[in-house]
Amino acid sequence: MAKVTIKVNGKNQTRNVEDRTLLADFLRDELGLTGTHVGCDTSQCGCCTVHVNGRAVKSCSMLAVQANGAQVLTIEGLAKNGKLHPVQRAFSECHGLQCGFCTPGMIMATVGLLKDKPNPSEDDIIHGLEGNLCRCTGYINIVKAVKMGAKLMRGKGKRR
Amino acid sequence: MYALNYVKARSLEEAARMLASHPEAKVLAGGMTLVPTLKQRLARPSHLVDILQLAELRGIAAKGGRLSIGAASRHDDVATSVVVKKAIPALAELAGLIGDPQVRNMGTIGGSLANNDPAADYPAAVLGLGATVFTNRREIAADEFFQGLFATALEEGEIITRVVFAVPKRAAYAKFHHPASGYAMAGVFIALTRDGVRVAVTGAGPGVFRWKAAESALSKSLEPSALEGAALDASELNQDIHASRDYRANLVRVMAKRALAKLSGKK
Ligand SMILES: Cc1cc2nc3c(=O)[nH]c(=O)nc-3n(C[C@H](O)[C@H](O)[C@H](O)COP(=O)(O)OP(=O)(O)OC[C@H]3O[C@@H](n4cnc5c(N)ncnc54)[C@H](O)[C@@H]3O)c2cc1C
Ligand code: FES
Ligand code: FES
Repeated sequence: MAKVTIKVNGKNQTRNVEDRTLLADFLRDELGLTGTHVGCDTSQCGCCTVHVNGRAVKSCSMLAVQANGAQVLTIEGLAKNGKLHPVQRAFSECHGLQCGFCTPGMIMATVGLLKDKPNPSEDDIIHGLEGNLCRCTGYINIVKAVKMGAKLMRGKGKRR
Repeated sequence: MYALNYVKARSLEEAARMLASHPEAKVLAGGMTLVPTLKQRLARPSHLVDILQLAELRGIAAKGGRLSIGAASRHDDVATSVVVKKAIPALAELAGLIGDPQVRNMGTIGGSLANNDPAADYPAAVLGLGATVFTNRREIAADEFFQGLFATALEEGEIITRVVFAVPKRAAYAKFHHPASGYAMAGVFIALTRDGVRVAVTGAGPGVFRWKAAESALSKSLEPSALEGAALDASELNQDIHASRDYRANLVRVMAKRALAKLSGKK
């Protein structure tokens, strides 16, 4: 067993967990943050994407103990004071989802992408989301949503 | 995953000591190969010795015609490093082609080399550039390091600390990636080094290898036509549900031509 303290969405969380506990399971089972999804067994789908110390990572492929002392941001930590994050708003407005299973991971990966590339080309978006699979949308509206999210974040989009 | 003990090493020496006293312990770097393997219960280490944070394994620096990359450098660190882009742009480009952004944010060069997946990208650059792999015990030349399917010259408990590249005159990498996994179906790294042309091939065979026939052809002419006659024995290449041997042999030739075109600035 290991005592693990992780700052999740700005709040320190300490738990005693088995060393083999995956970060995704720590978030879901220990903290009840079920917005982080687990969609595969092969580290390929990206549903479980969260940010660890500002980098987008697959939380199903990392142990909770590896994140001991780190800052973790999950989909639940994006909205501020009941207001959706611009990328969340963009996914909603552009219908960037159907069943929604891939969406938390898509959004976390997008937020990571826009940090490096605030004005991404279509190619940047496609390559930037290579680690995330969607079985429903065919990606067209996801790409649209990323473009809109980028615009909103650059402060050029319409505000409502 | 089977139960195990996780230890965060505080120094390279402590990591080496842990590995020596626990024969079933394994080094953990980015975990992008090891954690999925543990999840499938394909390995059962007693301990994981985390080396990702060790200062001895970090840092990227160029000096006197050599580029040194710490073993714990993540793929994204290498892909975006100004130092690497300036010294060996093809290496930065290669790192940026590995897997996907999340994988590049965790996976390391040391982990990739120690694992020596037959379809991994870094082995092509390290062999193609004739780099030297430094460990906590010795230096190993790339030509000796890679020993076929998931096999390397590393001994039990030996830890890669850094990789040192002699900066080539020019180098280029072309990869045909598997659309689902991102790994190379065929990847060819060509380097014009001070000691001549080197051509390394990954993805196509049971392990990274030097395509010597292409090396001698290219040492006479750097025209793509020079590759037409270079012999490549398809019977030694991989055959699986993704591609036949002959298909892979053709891919290798096509990737070599693409790398050559990049090398000559023709994109
Ligand atoms: C979805 C996905 C796609 C991928 N696509 C690609 C791709 O396109 N191309 C590609 O090349 N790779 C790809 N990879 C693999 C990735 O590059 C891994 O990062 C890499 O193979 C292992 O590096 P790591 O730091 O994660 O090592 P770990 O997983 O931590 O370790 C791997 C092995 O190396 C050993 N090890 C680690 N560091 C050292 C060291 N310093 N000294 C000695 N032994 C060490 C470990 O004990 C273990 O046996 C992909 C992985 C995933 C999950
Ligand atoms: S659940 Fe993490 S990549 Fe699929
Ligand atoms: S919306 Fe269903 S998987 Fe993407």
